[in-house]
Amino acid sequence: MNLSDSKKKLALAGVVCGLVAVCLALMGNPANMAFCIACFIRDTAGAFGMHQAEVVQYARPEIIGLVLGSFLISAATKEYRSTAGSSPMIRFVLGVIIMIGALVFLGCPLRMIIRMSAGDLNAWVALVGFILGIATGVFALKNGFSLGRAYATNKINGAVLPMIVTGILVLALATSLLKASEAGPGSMHAPVIASLIGGLVFGAFAQKSRMCFAGSMRDVILMKNFDLLSVIAGLFVVLLIFNIATGRFVAGFNTPGVIAHSEHLWNILGMYTVGFAAVLAGGCPLRQLILAGQGSSDAAVTVVGMFVGGAMCHNFGLAASGTSLNPETKELVAGAVPPNGKIACIICIIICFVIAFTCKREDAKK
Amino acid sequence: MKEVDARGLSCPEPLMLTANALKGATEAVKVLVSEPHQKMNVEKYARDHGKKSTSTEKDGYFEVVIE
Repeated sequence: MNLSDSKKKLALAGVVCGLVAVCLALMGNPANMAFCIACFIRDTAGAFGMHQAEVVQYARPEIIGLVLGSFLISAATKEYRSTAGSSPMIRFVLGVIIMIGALVFLGCPLRMIIRMSAGDLNAWVALVGFILGIATGVFALKNGFSLGRAYATNKINGAVLPMIVTGILVLALATSLLKASEAGPGSMHAPVIASLIGGLVFGAFAQKSRMCFAGSMRDVILMKNFDLLSVIAGLFVVLLIFNIATGRFVAGFNTPGVIAHSEHLWNILGMYTVGFAAVLAGGCPLRQLILAGQGSSDAAVTVVGMFVGGAMCHNFGLAASGTSLNPETKELVAGAVPPNGKIACIICIIICFVIAFTCKREDAKK
Repeated sequence: MKEVDARGLSCPEPLMLTANALKGATEAVKVLVSEPHQKMNVEKYARDHGKKSTSTEKDGYFEVVIE
């Protein structure tokens, strides 16, 4: 099965993944979050008590399904390769940075597309930052940026993350060790089996189509190649049709309940950070999970970095708050990025620049 | 024959190195990559640029010869 040899097949993969997101939203996931990698990793980190924000703690079966879906399909189609060794600790740092940027904006690139399709103009503003971040990463690539080679490792090494997420699933189903939110976004979820199947399907299609939100725009800027963008276009169109058909499309900035804020500069800088770091890491948060599932320990280390980053965002007060309605006064309470989040975002951008222009291929050092 | 050893490198480096090697190349270019999707990307790049490619699976990597 090859989904990446024509734009039509790629768009179809996007449509399937869009339908998965729609179904999960209809079955209980937060509507505009539906299938957000950053939010779901943060929620899963919360389930382990890595942070104490009670409203965002839940072991999301979607994350488990994505890794396992990629693992199973890559093993079945002989694409599983156990590899490691390409600057793992730099990738860990990039994972942390991706999460900080994502939670300053309030969403990963996938959720940005989901929010855009529902008319959230903040996400359209953030798209500008995302593209600029990717363009900065492309500039670094053209100047010889590289994290170096990965090498083949013991086959079982690449299967450790899939085994860990299977363990998380067992803990979630068979024990009461994991925390689960009783209110807030963490308490809103589709039935476990639906989320798991959704994750498996999404993971399998993402693996076969090489779906990557950063990679799609990177390829357009770098090589005028629109292949990967057709996956995103397929996903966006499905979500847009769904939102318009069900009356969920509301164009605006300060929409309560969307879990978004309207601090334009920080929406731009948050996604700038994500775009920049994702190009340096070789893929967006979704792609990192998929690569980890198909045996890349380097991507798995990035995923671990994202877990730590998600926890840091809530432990150190870096994550933004969403615009909401005061239940008593019915007044609009504007969402905002806390000062710590702004400082962290700037530090992350500086670190990205340091990584981008100090890590070079051997031939580019001359 | 010019050789590009892109084994173990992250995307899009294999394709960037291939594109650089093909610029003004008068002889065949041999590209070594690790991942199946990278092999497909290189083959597609060659096809899109009017070149023929032949791929063979080696021990843990792929060899794509572009002519």
